[in-house]
Amino acid sequence: MKMELIQPFINAADAVLSQGLQGTTKVGNLTMEEDAYRRKGVAGMIALTGDIEGRIILDLEPQTAVKVASHYAGTDLPESDELIKETIFELANQVVGNAVSALNDQGFHFRVHPPLLLTAQEGDKTSEDTEALMILFETSLGSVFMNVALRYNKKRMADHAAVGA
Amino acid sequence: MEQFAPVKRSKDGQAVRYLIVDDSVFARKNLARMIESFGGQVAAEAGDGLTAISEFDRTHPDIVLMDITMPQMEGIEAAERIVQQHPEARIVMVSSVGYQENIVAALQRGARHFVQKPVKPEVLYEVIKYVLGEDGAVANAAGAGA
Repeated sequence: MKMELIQPFINAADAVLSQGLQGTTKVGNLTMEEDAYRRKGVAGMIALTGDIEGRIILDLEPQTAVKVASHYAGTDLPESDELIKETIFELANQVVGNAVSALNDQGFHFRVHPPLLLTAQEGDKTSEDTEALMILFETSLGSVFMNVALRYNKKRMADHAAVGA
Repeated sequence: MEQFAPVKRSKDGQAVRYLIVDDSVFARKNLARMIESFGGQVAAEAGDGLTAISEFDRTHPDIVLMDITMPQMEGIEAAERIVQQHPEARIVMVSSVGYQENIVAALQRGARHFVQKPVKPEVLYEVIKYVLGEDGAVANAAGAGA
């Protein structure tokens, strides 16, 4: 997976979390994940189709998710509150939207799909051309994990090249 | 949340009324809190473009804050339909997807402005004042933050 694809997502997540949580966000470990995805807590997944395909997962441990959602809501929320899921979805939307905007301005075209809540403990094993990168963001309210698995859509890219030739 | 000098309607000094359109409850709540910090009032909320059209007809808000990616009908189409029926409608697109094509499409189809998520209150405040133009007035408020 090319870093040029990943970097806009890292930049976007850093900006969205820093602004939303009104504190410094530190980008921690980056690790390749070749095994199936193991959910950590409240996880929202957004799929992308188009010139680049794949998915992004934003995953927060349950206690961190409650703290983050409570921060945005301006009041303490119980762990069962639907707004916690909504908050993670909206954060995922903002990260993906900002990253896709940057990539679109570089000439890539996408369709961003609505967020889905991951409920299974374990996801699909990533294939050889969509190995995933896990990025840890350390925030004042806890750790936020972003798992990015993307690949170029070779057919679409070839079609663009043919049109441009 | 930071408090801003209230923006009122010039014609009657009343609070500016907003229609908030977003499929995310979180986003709607967040925008509603910002609007309140501007001295505004939420006239109605909608979770999709179709509902936005009917809520506009019902409440005639001063400003619409409209997301783009939504179920049933996307925000740009809803904005276009509202402006066709109500050319005076002031619609501000609010979306995380802020690439050039989207912005141009929204403006060509009747939106007055575009704000990218995550929304900074101070940015939205300035956009609201700009879009209202002479129809809006900043009231004096002791201790206002902006």
